Amino acid sequence: MESQEETPIIYTMENKPIVTCAGDQSLFTSLYTSLAQQLPREPMEWRRTYGRAPKMIHLEANFVQFKEELLPKEGNKALLTFPFLHIYWTDCCDTETYKSSVKEDMMRWQNTLRSHSSADWVIIVVETNDTKKNKKTNILPRSSIVDKIRSDFCNKQNDRCVVLSDPLKDSSRSLDSWNALLLKLRTLLLMSFTKNLGRFEDDMRTLREKRTQPGWSFCEYFMVQEELAFVFEMLQQFEDALVQYDELDALFTQYVLNFGAGDTANWLGSFCAPVRNWSGLLLRRPIDMEKRDSIQRGEASLLDLRSYLFSRQCTLLIFLQRPWEVTQRALELLHNCVQELRLLEVSVIDGALDCWVFLSCLEVLHRIEGCCDQAQLAANCSHTVGLWAYATDKLKSLGELCGLVSKNGPTSEDLNRTVDLLAGLGDERPETINSLQSPYKKLKEALSSVEAFEKHYLELSHAAMEMYQAIGRLRSARLVGKSLAEFYMAKGDPERAETFLQEALKSYVSEGWSLPVTHTRRQIAECQKLLGRTEDYLQTSALLAGDGNLSTEERKHFCQEILSFAGKSENHSHKVTLSMNVFAQLTRLQFHPATASVHSGAVLQVELTLRCLMPVSVRIQQLAASIHFDIDHGGTHGRSKGTLRRTNRGTVEFKQGNSSAGPASSAAAGPTLEMDEIQDRSPSDNSLASVGVVCKNTHLVMRRRENGSPPETPNCVSPPTVAMKEGGQMLKVQDVKLEPGNNSITFTAPSGQPGTYTLRQLCATVGEVQFVLSHIYPSVRYEVYSQEPQLTVEPLSEPLLAGMPQLVKFTLLTGHYTVKKGDALQLSNTETMPILPSSSCTARISSPDAELVGESVLSIQSSEKVTSISLPPTPPYHALEFQLEVLCLIPSGSDRPANERLTNGEVRHRPRSYSHPDTPMTAIDQRMSIDCPWSIYSTLLALTFYIPFKTKHSLLSSGNRKYIQVCVQNVSDMSFTLADVKLTEKQHESLELQSFNTKTNQLLCSKHSVFCLWEARWKDDLPSCLQCVFSANFCPLNQESCAFKPFHYQFQLERVTTLYSVKAEIFPPAGEPHCRSGLVCGLEVSITRLIEPSDGEMAEDSKTDTDGLKTTKLMYEVADSSSNWAVCGKSSGMVVMPLKANATHKLQIEVMPLFAGHLPFPKIKVLKYLPHNAAAAIQPDPDSCVENDSLSLLDKTLDDQGDTASIRSRGSIHSVGSSDQQQRGVAMPRLEAFSQGQVFNNSHSQQVLVLPTADDHIMEVNAT
Amino acid sequence: MLPFTVYFSPDVFFPQNYPLYIRSVPSQNELKFHYTVHTSLDVVEEKVSAVGKSLADQRELYLGLLYPTEDYKVYGYVTNSKVKFVIVVDSSNTSLRDNEIRSMFRKLHNSFTDVMCNPFYNPGDPILSKAFNGIVSGMMVQTS
Repeated sequence: MESQEETPIIYTMENKPIVTCAGDQSLFTSLYTSLAQQLPREPMEWRRTYGRAPKMIHLEANFVQFKEELLPKEGNKALLTFPFLHIYWTDCCDTETYKSSVKEDMMRWQNTLRSHSSADWVIIVVETNDTKKNKKTNILPRSSIVDKIRSDFCNKQNDRCVVLSDPLKDSSRSLDSWNALLLKLRTLLLMSFTKNLGRFEDDMRTLREKRTQPGWSFCEYFMVQEELAFVFEMLQQFEDALVQYDELDALFTQYVLNFGAGDTANWLGSFCAPVRNWSGLLLRRPIDMEKRDSIQRGEASLLDLRSYLFSRQCTLLIFLQRPWEVTQRALELLHNCVQELRLLEVSVIDGALDCWVFLSCLEVLHRIEGCCDQAQLAANCSHTVGLWAYATDKLKSLGELCGLVSKNGPTSEDLNRTVDLLAGLGDERPETINSLQSPYKKLKEALSSVEAFEKHYLELSHAAMEMYQAIGRLRSARLVGKSLAEFYMAKGDPERAETFLQEALKSYVSEGWSLPVTHTRRQIAECQKLLGRTEDYLQTSALLAGDGNLSTEERKHFCQEILSFAGKSENHSHKVTLSMNVFAQLTRLQFHPATASVHSGAVLQVELTLRCLMPVSVRIQQLAASIHFDIDHGGTHGRSKGTLRRTNRGTVEFKQGNSSAGPASSAAAGPTLEMDEIQDRSPSDNSLASVGVVCKNTHLVMRRRENGSPPETPNCVSPPTVAMKEGGQMLKVQDVKLEPGNNSITFTAPSGQPGTYTLRQLCATVGEVQFVLSHIYPSVRYEVYSQEPQLTVEPLSEPLLAGMPQLVKFTLLTGHYTVKKGDALQLSNTETMPILPSSSCTARISSPDAELVGESVLSIQSSEKVTSISLPPTPPYHALEFQLEVLCLIPSGSDRPANERLTNGEVRHRPRSYSHPDTPMTAIDQRMSIDCPWSIYSTLLALTFYIPFKTKHSLLSSGNRKYIQVCVQNVSDMSFTLADVKLTEKQHESLELQSFNTKTNQLLCSKHSVFCLWEARWKDDLPSCLQCVFSANFCPLNQESCAFKPFHYQFQLERVTTLYSVKAEIFPPAGEPHCRSGLVCGLEVSITRLIEPSDGEMAEDSKTDTDGLKTTKLMYEVADSSSNWAVCGKSSGMVVMPLKANATHKLQIEVMPLFAGHLPFPKIKVLKYLPHNAAAAIQPDPDSCVENDSLSLLDKTLDDQGDTASIRSRGSIHSVGSSDQQQRGVAMPRLEAFSQGQVFNNSHSQQVLVLPTADDHIMEVNAT
Repeated sequence: MLPFTVYFSPDVFFPQNYPLYIRSVPSQNELKFHYTVHTSLDVVEEKVSAVGKSLADQRELYLGLLYPTEDYKVYGYVTNSKVKFVIVVDSSNTSLRDNEIRSMFRKLHNSFTDVMCNPFYNPGDPILSKAFNGIVSGMMVQTS
């Protein structure tokens, strides 16, 4: 740092506009001090030509004695020495003196001025009272001298003569005259400036316009315009001065550019001379006169001109207090100069420019440091850092040039070069000769020895880095760091170099700049190799070997590095583990079969697609994938669980998140969002409640956001050591050759134990090197399951019909069980469903993929209890299918044999028939019990058969004759032929059943019925109970040679005998031949007992009367359901019938026909009346509907009867107050219907003719 | 001598400065040139952050000369979504004035907008668009 005293004296400060003084020198000398002081005190407004803004300036002047030599000669353009104003001083007050000497002197002065065409003059007449007093009395008034002067010299310009009164006195008059004088002087000075500078500028422009002429010289013009700059500077118009230099700068630049474009100017030749001096900028002097002189002489080199120009600009900028512009311009200048020298093809020795730039940078920095304090400097690092970095750069290349960066030190050739370079620096400038830290000394020292160079270089580098870091230009800082690393590398210090390189690499990787990444990584590889960090080196080599930015040769080299290390077999104990991503990428994984779910022991193949990034094919001794095994308890049940997540069936695609070699931009793109759709369904009705999208890898995405850290790439620094876990299970492939590009490798996966197998890691072993993929993501797993053997029986066609041979299909899924030779299925026989033996029953064996593997004939052996089916040998997880014909016998009716025991001791389950809701057919569940060889337990299977028929029977009577009708309804979808219809009675041999059925074969279509009729004839007595069996043979209609199958239907008829005959007759009213509607007719009902009472009947419901005659009570009821008749009076009543054959009871009832026509007789019901005391004898059946019906009937009918005992007894129910249940069971009189056939109605469906009434115009009027 | 041209941009969503597109002619000095562009990001960021946030809307997209080096001139342009464009021109190429550079950037920006409008383009992926490439090539030929 320079001390303040050293700041150069500013030359131009001394330069003031020249004002000459003629006349009385002693007078002037006496006034000089106050004049020089007072003149700059007040600013003046300077109006400018060419529309330039007016400026306030403080004027100063350099007063010199007038000499003729001072006046510029014709053609002299020097402005600095130009006298702007000429003053003539006089204090003459006496006309004589004036006339004798002063006027003459003035005339001479005026003539001289005029001869030089200078019009800027003023005459100052000083008046003092002293002079007045001391001298003789004034002859002329004192003003007359001034008037005289004015009239003599200032013929039109009266203002050219100024009076100064009593200048040395302190009076108001004196002050006023001073002010007037100063104002006048200033005005005149400005006028002179405007006029003279304007003229000068015009001349200058003219000169500039001539620049296309052949003889024009830039240097000359330079001097002229600089003169103007000087004047502005002198007037402290630094801005204007700077403009002059900038114009010169631009003009010169344009010429150089034109030269580049082929437009050569002659004068430019001098600037194309080889550079011999590269001593750098010199900014400590206001004007570098040496250089200025050389420019003036036209001998300056380009660097000289540029240096000079910049030093002037720098000076002015510092006057303007714009130091940061200096640094910026400096950088531009330095770049520009280097470019211009190149453009002008100036020959420069190697390193000379570097020296010049280096010195210049430091010089500028020193200059700036000289005029700013530390705080300012620190705050404006951003302006200076460029220069620091540039200087660093240049010093480094100088060091390289001079052999100072090599490990061995400079060679003699290097030394020679150094000497040459130093020679060009010349001697140190006198300004800095005492400074210890001058740029000159620094450069000289730096080039003097390796150590000094290192010291200086490091100093500069660190300064630049620190500044970059301070202003947040981290990338720039890293770039400096990288170049420092290169230096360390050259010095043979890889350890320090690596730190910087890693730092830089991190930034390049994180921002995805592939070329810098590759370059930096290559340098790191070099470091690591030198440092002997084998593992890191190999890792980096692997990265580089797969780096597409490198040439194939380079990649092969790095690949070879790995392979040759791998080939060494020195230390078996330690294998180098590297990340696999850099070596090969797992792109795809495919399962065969695609379900990725196999039964235990089956073959599962895993096909990996590895994209090998190496440039050459690599032989891998072993490729292994470690497997994590989970015992999956649910998995044993089979395939229902689809746990493997995959886009394509059985194929997993791996996205390449961070590829090291490929386009790095994709690496920096980071993890892609993994989105999944979620649907929330309401549990009750499965309706969609909400839908959303979730990001599944938030942890990855968010982490990057938070700290902006680079993606965890294995390629940046040494990767975290990935350990290969020695899991129990491995997929292994030995000796694989990986070609560059995609390789397909097939593993056979272990599938011994059922459970879930997850692929965790992948490891490729090449000799001593292992490439490990520490984590396979997305996770890949496959399932091994184990299945129990399963036997199912299902009908071949739906529905299974009972009574006919039906085919059922047996399916055996073997599961883990191997069916051996001799294994057989043991079916327990049931007589309700025999298995029909068939000669050729073939079994089909099919593989899990439903491919037919084999067919073989089954041997079926039936014994009394068991049917044994020998199975063909079948491998596990195959399906065995065969068909058997079974017949389900139709249960014939109500017979229920006792439970039997099956062969295996189980209680036989009776097939139970029930009606099925889906079909009108009655269903029978038929159970089968099968003993399987793989289990000690029997397998129970159920088959549902359907009975195709529904059978109904009915008993028909005609007086005493009895007929039995059977209706067979076909409820199935098939049609049948019914043959050999038979009805037999089992118990009574005397009974003869005569058939009315003529056809032997009957067609029974689907959903149709067939009715059959028999008459029962008997010899002695008709038995009250008949056990009948209906049997028929049937076969499906469309089968030709089918065997008829029997069908049985058992039923029982009770109380067959006819007890009473009821006969009704209707008599027309008296005097009428026919009944007429609306007239009451008589209905006579006669009830006749047909047979003698049997024993049972006597005991059951008879009552011995007092006279010993046995009677029974009957109840009759006349009811007309179709409202044809109106019963007048009693419609029902009680009849006491004697229990004797042919006993008859007649009833007279009045009825009235309501309509005309053939009306059917009203219905007459006869019911058994059971008195209350007889109730104990009968079986109490409180739920009998007969009772309920009859009671309600009683309620209705007995109301209007009034005289029956039942009413009294009913009344007693309440009086006794005993429990209802008991009362009902014991005391209630009841009605019981006769069974079908016990009462024969003679007049059933008889009709009577009713005539209409003669006068039947009846209008029905309803009035409400 | 041909100019070097580079376009580079960070993803809008990730504030990282990875290149979307880099092209350079001639290619032999590509490495140095990548380093230059990468370093220029410092200045781009400095310039962008120097502009007050409130003024960000009216911000001039063209950043002008980022910094000169001995060999190149580096110009910058930042879109409102902070996508950065950088053009590097050889220092010796004097035919390119500020205005030409500015219009080149504008052209690039338009073309880049077209690329982004392509529904098949995934923002953040390297730009492989032929149309964009064509525009860039056209400019490189024109300025050489």
